[in-house]
Parts: sequence; C-alpha cells; structure tokens
Amino acid sequence: MRFLLDAEQRDFARSLDALLTSCDTPAVVRSWAAGDHGPGLAVWARLAEAGVFALAVPEKHEGFGPLPLELTLAFEALGRHAVPGPLVETVAAAALLDRLGNDRIAADRLPRIASGKSVVSLCPTSLGPYALDADMADAVFVVDGDTLRLAAGTGTVQPSADPARRLSRPSGGTVLAQGPAVAAAAGYAADVAALATAAQSLGVGRTLLARTVEYVTQRTQFGMPIGSFQAVKHRLADTLLALEFAGPLVHGAALALAAGDEGAGADIAAAKVTAGEAAYAAARTALQLHGAVGYTDELDLSLWIRKARPLRDAWGTPAACRARVMGTDR
Amino acid sequence: MDLDFDAADESFRTEVRDWLAAHVPAAPLPSLETAEGFAAHREWEATLSADRWSVVSWPEEFGGRGSSLLHWMIFEEEYYAAGAPGRVSQNGINLLAPTLFENGTAEQRARILPAMARGEVIWAQAWSEPESGSDLASLKSTAVRTEGGWLISGQKTWSSRAAFADRAFGLFRSDPDADRPHRGLTYLMFSLDAEGVTVRPIGRLDGKPAFAELFLDEVFVPDEDVIGEPGQGWRVAMSTTGNERGLTLRSPGRFTAAADRLTALWREHGDPADTALRDRVADAVIGARAYRLFSYAGVSQVLHGDGGPAGAVSSLNKIYWSELDIALHETALDLLGPYGELADHAGESPSGGWAEGYTFSLAGPVYAGTNEIQRDIIAERLLGLPKGRR
Repeated sequence: MRFLLDAEQRDFARSLDALLTSCDTPAVVRSWAAGDHGPGLAVWARLAEAGVFALAVPEKHEGFGPLPLELTLAFEALGRHAVPGPLVETVAAAALLDRLGNDRIAADRLPRIASGKSVVSLCPTSLGPYALDADMADAVFVVDGDTLRLAAGTGTVQPSADPARRLSRPSGGTVLAQGPAVAAAAGYAADVAALATAAQSLGVGRTLLARTVEYVTQRTQFGMPIGSFQAVKHRLADTLLALEFAGPLVHGAALALAAGDEGAGADIAAAKVTAGEAAYAAARTALQLHGAVGYTDELDLSLWIRKARPLRDAWGTPAACRARVMGTDR
Repeated sequence: MDLDFDAADESFRTEVRDWLAAHVPAAPLPSLETAEGFAAHREWEATLSADRWSVVSWPEEFGGRGSSLLHWMIFEEEYYAAGAPGRVSQNGINLLAPTLFENGTAEQRARILPAMARGEVIWAQAWSEPESGSDLASLKSTAVRTEGGWLISGQKTWSSRAAFADRAFGLFRSDPDADRPHRGLTYLMFSLDAEGVTVRPIGRLDGKPAFAELFLDEVFVPDEDVIGEPGQGWRVAMSTTGNERGLTLRSPGRFTAAADRLTALWREHGDPADTALRDRVADAVIGARAYRLFSYAGVSQVLHGDGGPAGAVSSLNKIYWSELDIALHETALDLLGPYGELADHAGESPSGGWAEGYTFSLAGPVYAGTNEIQRDIIAERLLGLPKGRR
C-alpha cells in the first residue's frame, strides 16, 4: 500500500508549474476575459506539448491515457495559475468520445484533442443550458438525455461572475449518437469533469492561501504585521486545514476512477464538494484579509477569488455531490 | 476503493477480523470511567494481550507483533468496526510507551512495557496543573533532588484515568532557576498509591468520576523512574505530545466506524425530505473518509517517502479529528430527535453509545493542546506567519 505520488508524478507536476509560472497567466486571463483568445491559445499549445490533453485520450487515439491521477495533478496546476479556457470540458469531451463506442467519431476527434489542435466544449443540459467558452471552441457537444449533438450555433456570450468563464447557449446542430451508450458515456465524462474541477479548485485554493499568507506577512496595522494577530492566523490555519484534507480525497477519487471502482462516482462527489468548499472558503478568507484592496478588480487576486465560486458549483453543486455520497441522487 | 493493499495486508486484516469476531464481548462492557467498568476493561486488555493483540506495533519481546504502521492502521479499522471495547490502557500505550521507546533505558522498557501490554499496570497522564493547561511550560509542581531519587510535590489536575489507575507520568520543575521556563523540567513516573499521594476523583461533564486531582507531598521517585536526562523533560515530552495529537490517539478506524454507524442510523431514522440533515450526515461521512486518506498519506510518507511528515502536521490532525468527532455525534443526536437527550443507560435509550460519545467528544478541542494553540502552531510552523501574542 503506497498512497503517495511517485517521483515521476511529482516531476510532472513541478514541470507544469514551472511552465505556467513562465506564462504570465494573469495577463492571459485578462485577455481571455476581453475576448482575445490568442495568448490563451498559446498557453493551450504549450500545455498540449507537455501532454496535458493526451492524459485523457487512450493510446490507440494518440494519447497516453486515460490517467486520472496525472490529470488531477495537471488540473491542480491549472487552478494554481488560473488558466482560462474550456480545459475541463475538453478532457471530459475526450472521455465521452472515448467511451461512446463509435470508432469513427473517436478517431476523428481524439487525436486532435490530444495534440492540442482542437479546443472543445461540452454541455450536458441536465446541469444547465450554458456551455463554457463555446464562442471560441472548435466543437461544442451537447448531451440531452441519451442524445449527443454537435451544436450548430453558440448564441451570445453572457457575462459571468468570472469574466474569464464565457458562457453561452449552444443551439441546433446534428445528432451524432443516441441511446443508452450516450447516457453511460456522458455519466463517465461528468465524473471525469467533476474530478478535474475538484483538482482545479484545490489549485485555486492553494494560490489564494499562498498569496494571502504573503500579504498578511507584509501588511502592517497597529504597528505590526497583521499576520501576527491570532484572529488572522486562525483563519489561515483553517484554510490550510480544509485544503490539506481535501487533497487526499481528490487523490483517492482519482485512484478509484482509474481502478474502475463501483463507488468511484461517490468518491469523486466527496472530493468535489470538499475541494470546492475549501477553495471557496479560501477565497472568502483571502478577500477579507486583504481588506478593501481584496475587493478590487485590478488586484490579480481577483482572478482566483472570482473563479472559486463557479468551480464550486460547476459539474456538480455541493448539494448534488452530497446527495450522491448518500446514494439519494437517483 | 482500491488503495492497493497486498496479499499480506489482506491476510493480516482477515486474521484480525476473525480474532475479534471470536472474542469481542457480546454485550458492551460497563463504562471504563467507572470502577466496575475499569476492572472489566483491564480484563479485556489481558484477553487482547494473551494473543498479542494489545500492542501490535511493538516489538515481540515486549508483547507486540512488530507490525508496521500500516498494519496497525488496519488493526484499528477492524477493531472499531467490530465494536470492540475502548482501551483503558491508551494513555500508557499511546503516550508513555512512545516516549520510552525513544528516550527510556533498556531497563525501563523491560520493566514497564510488558506489564503495560498485559494491562497489569494501567497508566494515567499527569500533565495539567490548575494554572497550566495548554501552556505546559508554566508548570509549577516541583521535583527536588534527594538521595537516590527525587521528591515531587504540588498539584496535578484533570488527570485522565487517575481515579482508578495504578501509576502516572508527568513533568515536574526540577530547576526553578533555569533561564527559560521550559528548561529545567524533568519527566518522571510515580505510583498513585505511593506515600504522599492523595487522589481526589473529579466528576466529568458526563458525571463519571474518572478524572482526578492529584495532591503530591514529597513523594519519593527513584532515579530509575526518571525518563531521559533530568532537566530535559520538555524535549522528552514533546515526542509524546506529537503522538497524542497525531495518529496514535485518534486512529482513523474510530471515525470510519462511527460514520458507518451514523449512516445506518440515518437510513433507519432519517426523514428523506430533510436534506439539511442528510447533508450533515454526508459531510460527516466525507470527513471520516478524508481523515482516513490523510492518515494513509502520512503512513505512506513514513514508510515509502523521504522521512515522516513534519511534526506540526499532527496539529492539523488534532483539529480535524476533534471537530469531526463532535460533528459525527451532534448529527447522530439530531437524528435521534427526542431520544437524543437520553443517557445511554436510560431504559428507553435507543442509543448505541451516542450520548456518552457526544459528551466525550466535547473534550476533544480542549485536551492534547487546545485547538486554539494548534491553530497558532499551524500558522507559525506550517504557514510561516510571525509570532505574536497569544
């Protein structure tokens, strides 16, 4: 029994972190939010080169997955750096197309996803009418019950709580597949999406904590750093506590998914609600401890603060996750 | 879920499970916080020990099986899942024994550990004093040098198990002139029936008399009962308190078993329309799972990683299990509705131990270093925040 990352996995996470540190992601996020996708797509290409999207694609379609644990490491790094784009949706779509059992569609789409040439969005209507970043995606897949469609139009972008998450309603299009296989593949894809979102939340929370620790160590009030005040310390200790205990849930859920465990869905739901709540609480604490500057748009911290809440609710709200843990979702 | 237990792990688990199935008393023993229950639990320790299950992780020469930390965790999971009795020896096994393994002499280990493993000598902790709770450095009880040993005097209080236990261990100020308050402390052991010891039981919040106050009036402690060097008691004790807050005191098996019982209670009594209560059950179940996985990560780090987790990690553990324990029990009482108020021994109680467990859980954020102190430790040692006034 070894519940620990191995050296290769740690190296992968570290190198991805270094890559993203060199990308000036705050500027990338601001461009993306303004509708200029160029810098974001440049980051996308580098992520593809590092193998991120290939993790969700099986070898026979030119990937080296599916590798759920490595995928969570990648998404934690993506969250740490607030990388914009339909990242979760692309890997979830890959999972869906892989599971669909339609070789023609898979062979057409998956190699392009693995190589980063194709950016894809996915909208299960059971979770709401909006697709993320559909305005720039090469393909927008819509799952409606047991029907899979390739959307024809994407509608107007609706401003979102996180400006870098651009939401619109996909419409029309052609039916690609229909039947129980669609529902099953979509269920698996939703699990992959929830797991990746949980990992992304963890990364968002860790950056919020790190930046806040740095700030309270420098900011002085009443003649001393505010980080020496017990009320401040205790809030940050609780933030670390929540993130530290969410991490193993994400790790354990990834292993369960990789092993094809029957309870993997419930494990993923447990990880999703815990990581989502931890990151959201980290955002609230970060805002509070930064004081008024924490309530400004111009501080880069806002990029993470605004991401935490949508990630908490995307791909499974806390209530839906808790219901799944208790087996009352059916 | 699959955490890749190998065949040896699984066969160990089966061995534990089979033994427990054959030996766990059919009816719960009386509370170990009463004289009658204490005696019954002492017998249970002897039963465990006869087949070397009382201290599985200890070397065989002291009555253990030399099991790895992982097997110890498996043992604990099975133990609590089987509903086996609480451990009356836990102060000795979890607090004193690790200190002896780390800082004791060979003579002390040979003399003390096997008797502890068999439940023949049951130990009480004597850390706290009326003016010293989490701030152990402010201890006032004294140890004065005398021929062949020390004379200890002063008052210890809130001493778990001391009302019925045989012996106790604690810190005493041996050098009042030391330059820093945590220097000049000595760690020693004494008998609760020695001359000069007065034990006054104190009722706990649950009314049980197992707490006690100890009045010490020039109690003789021979040199052989000093652990580590005189004056080094603080350093010696720190190895023990880390154990107390961390894994050994509150192993994950206890919480996963409680979460399973809570889930069963919810299926039996829960109102399907009450999603607020269902969500709290879910959070407790998730919390127990998180604690288990966090612990496995820690054990993996010890067994396969580059060294053990940092000492301050035990502070994360301590806050987490103490708050989880309260959440598990509060939720159970809410599920029981009007029956939640009944004591476990009430004739109409449906309980299954939730009432006593709840009252005991309330002490969790207080003992073993208050959660406020643990949050300071986390902030300063894990997050690197500046020291400030408490």
